[in-house]
This record gives sequence, C-alpha cells and structure tokens, in this order.
Amino acid sequence: MDLPATDALTIVIVEHDKDRALSIVDSLRETGPHKIHVLAEESGLSRSVSQLKPDVVLIDVANPSRDSIEQLANASSPLERPVAFFVDRSDAQMTKAAIEAGVSAYVVDGLQMDRIKPVMDAAIARFQMFQRMRTELETTKRALEERKVIDRAKGLLMKVRGISEEEAYALLRKTAMDQGKRVADVAASLVTAADLLS
Amino acid sequence: MSGQQIKAGYMPLIDAAPLIVAHELGFAEEEGIALELEAAPSWSTLRDLLAFGQIQAAHMLSPVPVASSLGLLAGLPRLDALMVTSANGNVFGVSKEMSERLEADGFAYPFHDAEKAGLAIASLPRPLRIGVPFDLSMHSELITLWLSNFGMVKGEDFHIMAVPPPMMARAIERRELDAFCVGEPWGSITVERAMGALILPGAAIWSCAPEKVLAAREDWIAENPTAVSALMRAVWRACVWLAVPGNKTMAAELLSSETYLGLGSEIIDRALSGRFIVNSNGDLRRFDGFMLFAGDGICFPWQSQGRWIAERLVKRFNLSADVRPEDAQKVFRSDLYREYLMPIGAEMPLSSAKVEGALDAPTEVPTVSGSMILGRNCFFNGEIFDPGQ
Repeated sequence: MDLPATDALTIVIVEHDKDRALSIVDSLRETGPHKIHVLAEESGLSRSVSQLKPDVVLIDVANPSRDSIEQLANASSPLERPVAFFVDRSDAQMTKAAIEAGVSAYVVDGLQMDRIKPVMDAAIARFQMFQRMRTELETTKRALEERKVIDRAKGLLMKVRGISEEEAYALLRKTAMDQGKRVADVAASLVTAADLLS
Repeated sequence: MSGQQIKAGYMPLIDAAPLIVAHELGFAEEEGIALELEAAPSWSTLRDLLAFGQIQAAHMLSPVPVASSLGLLAGLPRLDALMVTSANGNVFGVSKEMSERLEADGFAYPFHDAEKAGLAIASLPRPLRIGVPFDLSMHSELITLWLSNFGMVKGEDFHIMAVPPPMMARAIERRELDAFCVGEPWGSITVERAMGALILPGAAIWSCAPEKVLAAREDWIAENPTAVSALMRAVWRACVWLAVPGNKTMAAELLSSETYLGLGSEIIDRALSGRFIVNSNGDLRRFDGFMLFAGDGICFPWQSQGRWIAERLVKRFNLSADVRPEDAQKVFRSDLYREYLMPIGAEMPLSSAKVEGALDAPTEVPTVSGSMILGRNCFFNGEIFDPGQ
C-alpha cells in the first residue's frame, strides 16, 4: 500500500523465551529498519497476528502453534501465496536450511524474495546457534546422568564385593570392554538389576 | 537387522498406533526395514519434514495429500496416501458454559445421535468458535458438513480455528473456544479437567471417514519400491493386529509409555474400546466403531474417498474449474496397495472406488479372490456420494 520501497518489514516473532527473542530481534535489526513485534503468549496467537498485519511471522519449528498461524495463511487465497516459509518456490535449499535450523517463517503478504532473504539469513543463523546450544545442553545433561549412574554402580560394587572405588571402576571398565559396551551402559544394567533384586 | 532405515514421523495421538505398533512389535523388522520414529509438534511441521526429506513417511491427516495434489500446499512436492491407517476417532465437544446451557434445555448426551446433537448445537448463541487441530483435516470437513445441515453457515454462524490438540483444553478454559473437534485422547482430557463435555463422536457424522493415512512423497515412493512395499506391509500388519479386540489393552499400554503419548493407559483405552465419560457428571457412553484400524475395507485407499475430500476442498477454497478432483483422487494409491499387499493376503475389492454413504449395514462384496465384508458406510443425513456421477 504505502509504496516507497524501503527495507523495512513488519516482522512478528513468536517466542516465549525473552532472552532468545531479544537476541533474534538484535540480529534482525542489522538487516534493516524493521518494525518488530515479539509475541510470547501462544493462546490467541492468530488474533494477535492478524491485528499486527505482519509481512513475515517467524516461529520455532517445534512450536505447536504453527498450525494456528498456518490457517491464517490459508484463509486468504492459498493458491497465490506460499503457505509456510516457501517464500520462493525455487529456493528449496533455503527452506530446507530454515527447517534444519528450527525456524519457520510465514510470509503473510506477497513479498519479493530479495527483500526477505537477508531477514531469513539472519534468522537461520540465529536459530542455528540456538539449535547448537540445545544439543550441547542435552549432551552435557546426558553426561551428568551417566556420571550419576556410574557412581551408583561403583557404590554397589564397593559394597557387595568389598573393593575400593578404583577397583570398582576398573571392574566396570573391564566388563564393558569384554562385552563391547559402554561403561555407562554396563553401569545402567547393574543398577537396574540391583533395583530388581532389592 | 539389515534393511533400509526409514524415518517416519507421527503426531502423538492414539491413531498413530499403526506406526508405533509396526516398530514396537517388530513388524517393520520382519519386513526388513528399520523404522525410526519421530514425534512432531504440529501437523505443519510434520508435513514440512516430509516435504523436505527429513523423514520419509508420516502419519498424516487424510486431506493433506489431496490438498498437495490440488495445489493447496504451494511450493511443496506432491504427497501420496499409501494406505488408510485409521477411520474415525474424533470427538466433538463443547465448553463447560455451553454444556450447562444444553443441560438446562434437557440435553441428555445421547452421544450417537447426530440429529439431536446438531439441533442442540444450533440452539446455542452464535457465532460459535470451534477449535480443530488443523485446517486441512477431516475434523473441518465433518463439522462443516454436519452443522450446515442445521442451517449454520461457516464464517457466519460458526468459525473454525486451528488449535494444537494439547492446547485445546486450555483454549476452552480461557474462553477462546465454545466447542472443539479433536482426536482422542484430547477430548477425554478436556472432560477430565472438567472444562467441557463430549457431544458426538465423528463416526456419527460419517461412519467410516478416512481419518489418517500413511503418507510419503510421490518421488520417494517412485524411487524406493522395495522400502515402500516393506513399509506398507509392516504398517498393514500393525493395523490388522490393532483390530484384534484382545490386543487393545496391550496397545493402550504401548502407547501410554513416555516415549509415545506419555498419558495414562486408561484414558487411551477409552478410545480404543469406544467407552467414554462424556461429562463432569461422569455419564458413561459406548460407541462401537469409534476408531477403526483394519477390516471392513478400512485400510484400502479408496479413490472415492480421495475424490470426496478433493471435492470438499475445491468448494471450500473456491478453486478454479481447471483444478480437477478426479486427478486429485489419484493420490490415494490404491494401485500400490493392490500391488504390494495382495501377496500377503490383504483383501482386494474389484473396484477401487465405491459409492460412499450407501451401506446401512455391513455388506458382502466380491473381491479378486472371493468376497469381503465392507463395514457400515453412512452419512448422518443419508447423503450418498457416487464418484461415478
């Protein structure tokens, strides 16, 4: 409507984690003087989105509320406009990258690809970072869990066999090597067996 | 285990059971494939994962592949329905406030009578805000078909809004919705939380509506015949296993695990056995055929079903005359079903289309090798859909 072509887009970000939302906002600001709204509340989402009339809606792929936004996109002539982040049909590569990074974008108004590309590039980069952090966190958590199980298994061995902590660990390690398993797995089966027997 | 790895996605619903059973009970392994299951947070995400090749197969709403063929999923490759994995399984319910109004008018929750329930819903203040999980769904089609019979116009007398199933109860609690249509167990959960009451099972609107399908990308299907046939056989055998009454308890246990639905097996068992607590008074109702997995011609991807869905979508989205429903029906791959499942004894009807809505009672029909029973197939209003017409 207001046609002086600026780089400014109205962008809605659906994200309830405040820090994460701010960090996405920051990275998008670098791509142009966009008007950016952050929606944290998932209920009533489609109403808020239709009131703000954004050009682009960015949402985490894992957010179940995607289905509500999708309906908005469907409501107005679904044939003319891409449904989800299918900004440009030929750019399947970028769409794939977006999905892998965990971001999904809805283009609410028919926009030129070159106007959206920088925004999507920034969003994809930011989401990739979150994705990495999430994976790292999970790995750390798992390592912690495994450490706990190994400690319990060591404790059990020390008590039952009357051996030292070092000997207990050596025994676990040797069993693991003999059976071609991980120490954590051997420890876990020992703990399970002990729970069953007690 | 040596076969091809197939990643398959599903939504955590009871009717995801065929994929879960195919994996857990070893049907997939016996067919020589390794199924890797992945739960998706939303139907849009599941569709996108499939479309962009992150997964190869999915538990999908039956209208989605049809929509892909009609061009409603712009920019996405065509998705096909390899077989129907369940029929029915949805409930229609209302918020606490609406149920109190209905009760004041003497509504007794018959839970099988689409006529009585429809008149009751038509008596409520308008417009009604009705939640469904996804816009391209059997839920949307059945509600629209049902309510329009009572003079209610979509967009005027009722609005259909997409709300993710796990958020349905909360949306009702926050008074964002007056009614809902959702797959189990989410309807029962709304009743459990004393936020609403169940009015009608979807099966009372159409007694054998194709609800979920096994979907895959058309190009992947063409390039991987061995994997596709193994996958179809494994899932079909899971469907047959699920249809055995004695297996329901075990199925409920399997689904209830933290890996899949993470919900009490009792609430899952209600849908599998067709017993419901319909309101906060604890009224119990039975409904046979609430959710069907196999037998009665359920698994066969009938072209007439694809056609019915296609015509509904064409009308709903006001698609132009050059979009042909008779082409869209071909995404229901009865050709592959015949080719891959015939050798393991699945019943093959002579024709791949049937007249929908025309069977008052289970009826024997001829097949390639003898005969089979088709289940009752009725619309609540006596509508008959003949794809040949």
